[in-house]
Parts: sequence; structure tokens; C-alpha cells
Amino acid sequence: MKSSLIQLVLDHFPDAASSSHNYRGDETVVLRKAFLLEVARFLKEDSALQMSFLMDLTAVDYLTFGKRPMPAFFASSGVAVRPSSLIPDEDPWPGPLSEARFAVAYHFYSLQHKHRLRLVVPVEEADAELDSLTSLWAGANWLEREVWDMYGIRFPGHPDLKRILMYEEFEGHPLRKDYPVNKRQPLIGPVN
Amino acid sequence: MATELEAKTDKTAQSAAELETRDMMLNIGPAHPAMHGIVRIVAKLDGEQIENTEVEIGYLHRGFEKMAEIVDYNGVIPYADRLNYVSPLINNMGYCMTVEKLIGIEVPERCHYVRVILSEISRISDHLTCIGASAMELGAFTVFLYMIKAREYLWELVEQVTGARLTVTYCRVGGVKADLPDDFAAPCAKAFEETRKVIDESHGLLTRNRIFVDRMSGTGVISAEDAISYGITGPFLRSTGVDYDVRKDCPYAVYDRLDFEVPVGTTGDNMDRYLVRMEEMEQSMLIVEACLRDMPAGPVQVNPESGRPIPAAEMVDLAKVGKIYQISGGSAVTGPTLEGSGRAQHSSIAADEKRAFLPPKEDAYGNIEGLMNHFKLVMHGHGVQPPKGEVYFPVEGANGELGFYVVSDGAGCAYRVRVRPPCFAIMSALSILLEGDMIADMIPTFGSVNMIGGELDR
Repeated sequence: MKSSLIQLVLDHFPDAASSSHNYRGDETVVLRKAFLLEVARFLKEDSALQMSFLMDLTAVDYLTFGKRPMPAFFASSGVAVRPSSLIPDEDPWPGPLSEARFAVAYHFYSLQHKHRLRLVVPVEEADAELDSLTSLWAGANWLEREVWDMYGIRFPGHPDLKRILMYEEFEGHPLRKDYPVNKRQPLIGPVN
Repeated sequence: MATELEAKTDKTAQSAAELETRDMMLNIGPAHPAMHGIVRIVAKLDGEQIENTEVEIGYLHRGFEKMAEIVDYNGVIPYADRLNYVSPLINNMGYCMTVEKLIGIEVPERCHYVRVILSEISRISDHLTCIGASAMELGAFTVFLYMIKAREYLWELVEQVTGARLTVTYCRVGGVKADLPDDFAAPCAKAFEETRKVIDESHGLLTRNRIFVDRMSGTGVISAEDAISYGITGPFLRSTGVDYDVRKDCPYAVYDRLDFEVPVGTTGDNMDRYLVRMEEMEQSMLIVEACLRDMPAGPVQVNPESGRPIPAAEMVDLAKVGKIYQISGGSAVTGPTLEGSGRAQHSSIAADEKRAFLPPKEDAYGNIEGLMNHFKLVMHGHGVQPPKGEVYFPVEGANGELGFYVVSDGAGCAYRVRVRPPCFAIMSALSILLEGDMIADMIPTFGSVNMIGGELDR
């Protein structure tokens, strides 16, 4: 059931992972926050993994997961689309993780072995901080700035954590689920 | 006398030591003719040399990811067009394949081929724009005009298929909007002939041109290690000698059956990036030609044996006044600008899944089940409802790995849609690309980044 990549991580860090899944063939390890830097370094340096690329780094706000009111006047019939038999689906998706509001997702790719792995790290709203990976992958710099900008998750160890897509005077973090989609913050006049 | 002279030289040396040198701050952008889109670069200069730069982005942020959370799954596709607006069909394909992976449906083989053909045509037009624009900024205006002419031929092809030139909105979750027009190979061959001519001419004008080569080679150099560490992919990474291409290394659609080469460079400078892009255009044309040769035969759009051809607009008029008997047995003919397709096309371009793809036009206009099926999919809050889950799916965009990460909570609109924009990684490395180069080198280096504001800022 467990794929070899997930197994490798679990063997080296038996306490680090809270769960793992292989939904639609995307190998995923759900990690405890304290182990992130250690596991990331292992992923990069271990000869069997050699994750040379940090392809993507993003976050999800699980605040309203499954609780969204249907926007339509008529309630949906709720008929979900069944997966075809061609797609492997032995390992179901465990759903949003624990009680933590945010989850930060890291997508790694290995140039040598041509495999991918996703790390998901739940982050509590009260303690929205996560170790920075800028010391391992230079590309983490801007990606972490974007997560800070959009979700308000801080990355201690980041050399210059500031907003990237929004402007400095912007209030709030727009991709949080409690930020209304139609809220406007016009920037009037010169900034400085 | 001698002492006087000594004293004088001493004085000159002293004043040289005291000569004040100051770094100059130069602000370029956000709106500047050489910035492709709106981006601001604040450069610290020592004479003409760039000491360091600060790159500021976000001027084109339109909240794509936020909007994707409030519209239904197919409603994201027009927004996806506007990510990389120079090659929108690749974004369409990437997004739709991600949702298809989430749902777990497979599209028919011909549909894969259609998508591959169109995304390769988009890749060529993207590279033409990139090379043409950066050549123009180095003074080669002719090349720009030639390449835009070639792009025009390709966009005419795109227009024949999708009905639009730029904002194509062609793919659908579970298929494409409509099949290729009959006899698509002929105009395609004609357009490629013209494109090849333009590429040859541009080679003649640029590749051995002393001015062009002097400006391009040895500038904007990045090592393979740095490029990987920054997460750079696509032609930019391949110019450093790393042959990573999503189409080869993690093949999707039908790329594993196609025979093509991945050109790589050696030094990772602007010249290599130019050469890699030039070669990739040729490879893309070979892919399209192979696809047109190999793809399973499509339906005959209008077959007098199987049914009378009725334009879909007439069909809907007849159906509105209840003359169903007049349209039964007919086959719908749709133009490229109209949503949906007739039954003859349907089986070859759409997945066999009623809960994801619109029914054929004959059914939507001709019987109540088809009409209900249609409305169940297009009404707000109904539509495609994938199961709960999260998936990541990468495709090879014109600038590198274009990945979509979609999280679903089982509702009619996505819970989270994240795009991994390929030029975001390249832009994050722009500072080290420019460092140590002359201020004039900023223009070719920035041109070869091929920054697309829509994709970078989303």
C-alpha cells in the first residue's frame, strides 16, 4: 500500500509523519511542524530521494472546508462524479488534516530519479510559523514571501519576509477564507 | 624642482583617494517600454555595472486564485486563458487535466491529440513572441515584424479551431469544446511552411549577426546548480545543459508516443536560450505534424447517411416552438464560436461521463433528458462536482513547468486552485542573473526571461 518514497521517509523519521496517502498517485506525507527542516534536508541530500527541485510551495486555508453554503438557489443534487476504473484509487484521501487551520504544501521533484513527493505541514492559526527552506532551495525565498502575503504564515529564518504581490500598506491576507472576495482596498495617493 | 613635482604627484594621488564614489540607484519601470508587462527593477549601479537589483512584482495581480474559488470548475477556464496570455491553450490543457485527474476520468485518444496539437502551436507562437520582442529591443526590428507575421499565421489556425485568437477557452473538464475543423492538416501545413521560412530568415538575420551575438553571448549567465536551486524549468533551465522537460520526463497526454528531441545549451547565457527556443519551435512543428499523421480519425462532421445537417442555431429555434419532429434524426452543425458540439463529434472529443461534460447539441435541443443534463451542468451551484481530494499536475508550459494544485471539498467550485507559474521562479533569480553585468545587458537578459505578467502575478 505504502509506496517506497513514503516508506523511506517514514523509516528515517518514524515520529515525524502524522499520516500519509497516495491519492491519485500523488505521494504525500503529512508532517509534524517541528520536523520540517530536518526532513527537507534529508529529501534533498539522501541518495535514494535526491529532491533537487522545490517545485512549488503554497498553503491552503481549511477554515470553511465542507462548510461552504451552496451559492445556488436550488440545492445541488450532490451526485459526485465516480472515478473511472483506470485511475488507481486504493489509497483514499484522508481529508483535511487535524484541527489546524492552515496546511502548507511543498511539492518536490527529483531530477535524477524523476519522482515527485508532496509534504503537507498543518499550521495552527495561533502559531502561524514554519521554518524557512531558503537555506536549502533559493527558490523558497519568493514562494515563502507569497505564502506570507496571501495567508499570513511567517517563516522564521527567511532573509527578507515581506509582501510580494500585494503592496506593503495592504491590510489582511487575501487568500484567507475569511477575507471577503469582494472587499476592496483602494490605494489612494502616493505611498511615500 | 624634483621635490615640487613629487609633491604635486602626491597631491594628485591624495585627491584620487579622496575622490568621492557613489553608487547610483536607477529605477526602471513599472511602466517602461523594455519591461514586457509591468515590473519594477531598482538597480544599484557602480558606473555602468549593476551591483545588485531589487525586483518588484505584483502590478498585474488580479486575484486569479481567489476568483477560482468562487466560480464553478469550467468557469475557471476563461481565467486560466489570462494567465499566460501568449500561450493560453497550454494553461487550458493544464487546468483541465488537473481536474480530470481529481475526478478520475480519461479523455478519448483523439482529444489528447487535439490538445497536444494546439498546445504545441501555442508554444511556437509564445517562442516567436519572446524572440521577436527581445530581438526588437536589441535593434532588430525586422525580426520582430517577421515573427509577428508568422504568429499571425498560427493564430489564424487557432481561430479556425477555437473561434478566438487570444482568449480561447477551448478545453473543458473532460474534453475540448469542439473537434478540429475538417481538413485541418492543409492550413496547418501552409502556416508551418510560412513559419519555417520566417525562422530561417531570422536565423540568417540574428544567429551570426555580430551585434546580436555580442549582446547575447556571455550575458545573463546562470549555472545549472543555481537554476535548479531557484526552481527554474523550461527553455531557461535547458539552456544550462539540464535536459528536464515535463513532456519527456513525466509524460502526459500522448507525449510518450511522440518522437521529438529536447534541445539543450551549454553555457546558460542569453545566446543559448535564444538557440534553444529556436530549435524548440522546429521540434514543436514536428510534433504537430506527427500528431496530425498518427491521430485516430475523427468523425465526419456532416454525414448525409447518418442525418441531415442542421445548423445548431436553427435547431434551437425549431425546438423552442416545439417542432422536435423536424430536428429528430438531424445532426447539429456548430461553428467554432458556439459552445458545444454535435453527436458525431462527441465520442471522439469528450470523456464518456455525463456528470462532467455537456451532452451533444441534438440531445440538449431534442429531448428532455439532454436538456436536463445540460442544465444540471451549467446551473450555478450544480456543475462538475469532483470528490474530496487534492492533486498536483504539471504540464510543460512555454516557459517551463506549469503546475496546477487543486483541492476539492466536494462542492461545485474548487476549494483551492494554485498555479505554479514557471516565470515566477525565473523572475526570483533575476537579481543574480543581472548582477555584475552592464546596464545595457539588462535588456537581453530580461527579454530572455520571457516574463508574462498575467502568469507571474496571477
